[in-house]
Amino acid sequence: MLKTRVIPCLLLRDESLVKTVQFRKFGYIGDPANTCRIFNELEVDELAFLDITASKENREPNYKILREIANECFMPLSYGGGIRSIQMAEIIFNIGFEKIILNSYPFEKPNIISELAQAFGSQSIIIAIDVKKNFFGKYETFGLSGTVNKKKKPAAWAREVQDLGAGEILLTSIDHEGTWKGFDLDLIKQVADSVSIPVIAHGGAGNIEDIGKACSKGHASAVAVGSMVVYQKQGMGVLVNFPDKNNLSKVIG
Amino acid sequence: MITIIDYGMGNTGSIVNMLKKIGVKSLITSNPEEIAKARKIILPGVGHFDRAMEKINQNSLREILDQKALQEKVPFLGICLGMQLLTKSSEEGKCPGLGWIPAKTVRFHFPQESTLKIPHMGWNLVQRSTPSPLTENFETEHRFYFVHSYHAQVEDEKYSILKTEYGYFFDSAIQKDNIFGVQFHPEKSHRFGMRLLENFARL
Repeated sequence: MLKTRVIPCLLLRDESLVKTVQFRKFGYIGDPANTCRIFNELEVDELAFLDITASKENREPNYKILREIANECFMPLSYGGGIRSIQMAEIIFNIGFEKIILNSYPFEKPNIISELAQAFGSQSIIIAIDVKKNFFGKYETFGLSGTVNKKKKPAAWAREVQDLGAGEILLTSIDHEGTWKGFDLDLIKQVADSVSIPVIAHGGAGNIEDIGKACSKGHASAVAVGSMVVYQKQGMGVLVNFPDKNNLSKVIG
Repeated sequence: MITIIDYGMGNTGSIVNMLKKIGVKSLITSNPEEIAKARKIILPGVGHFDRAMEKINQNSLREILDQKALQEKVPFLGICLGMQLLTKSSEEGKCPGLGWIPAKTVRFHFPQESTLKIPHMGWNLVQRSTPSPLTENFETEHRFYFVHSYHAQVEDEKYSILKTEYGYFFDSAIQKDNIFGVQFHPEKSHRFGMRLLENFARL
């Protein structure tokens, strides 16, 4: 039996962890290394880190913080933000992260995916696809932390990155992110059914039932969670937590 | 002290981090003279089978590794691709493996209608098949993090020390005498991996 992964997805901004709502409104969560230490003690399945300002500021990843995190975390780690070359990826892998996440740069240079997959294997390359519904209710794909409309249909872009060698897709609904109202199941299903690689559903998880639905109805292979693992409840204070294993196993296989 | 072989295939960093956490010193090296002094060896690895064998042969590591594992019989642990290299061959490539454990590496094979994805990625349980000092004091639901498309298949069940189910039961850890191999990543598996690496450090 393979356990469905539930992955806290943590956002890095100016050396702090923050939580956003629909990619805006930055709420301060805490120090990255300390927060990770707590997640490590909670024995979470995997952790994902996204530096949400690296690409916008056109700078390299903050390797110092990544090193602090890797020293304390004994689970799979992935990192995204500002990665533009094999060399940068190599530094991140050597620090002890085993997956890298790309979102913006592949729009400019799709071949970077093939180059990275050839050098490090597809299993280590995640492509993050950020999606917003437009005025007419159609899904559109965005780059640079949801600020630039790339005019691509999510399912088509997902197939394209899969063919280029991506190993997984981190699919985020910008409209649902940080809202606690549940995942966008239509979006997840649309993308998950278009590719054969695992899709990690992200954006909107408010309780463990939502997590179950993302898998059973959305066909996601894994689920990323934000608000519900860093806040006590919606609208309440910061509390790093993780759903109980027994309760989780009731909703996911 | 555990010597970790650095041949340009895979993240040695996380193995060092976990060993540090359990109070075991380690040295990362690709230098045959340093490897000659090793008392225990870990061979990590992520990537393509042939590329890894080529790197081992190019860096003239083959001779010293054979010497340590087969003549001196130091405890030797292959992780992930490092485990697959211990077998005779792999369906991933054409190069022969180190061939120290009577086994071959094969790709996951599922019926056409199967919905199981390859690679096998995520946490999964292990079951002891043959008792081994490497797997002592495991918990009832001992789990590890896996990410792989190929797996070992032993020639004789006595070389299989752990099995894991993904579509069918495959050999997730193998052993022959002083030579051990694990398909999963103990360095990424919380206290479950620490237990295994502690067991290895105690050998």
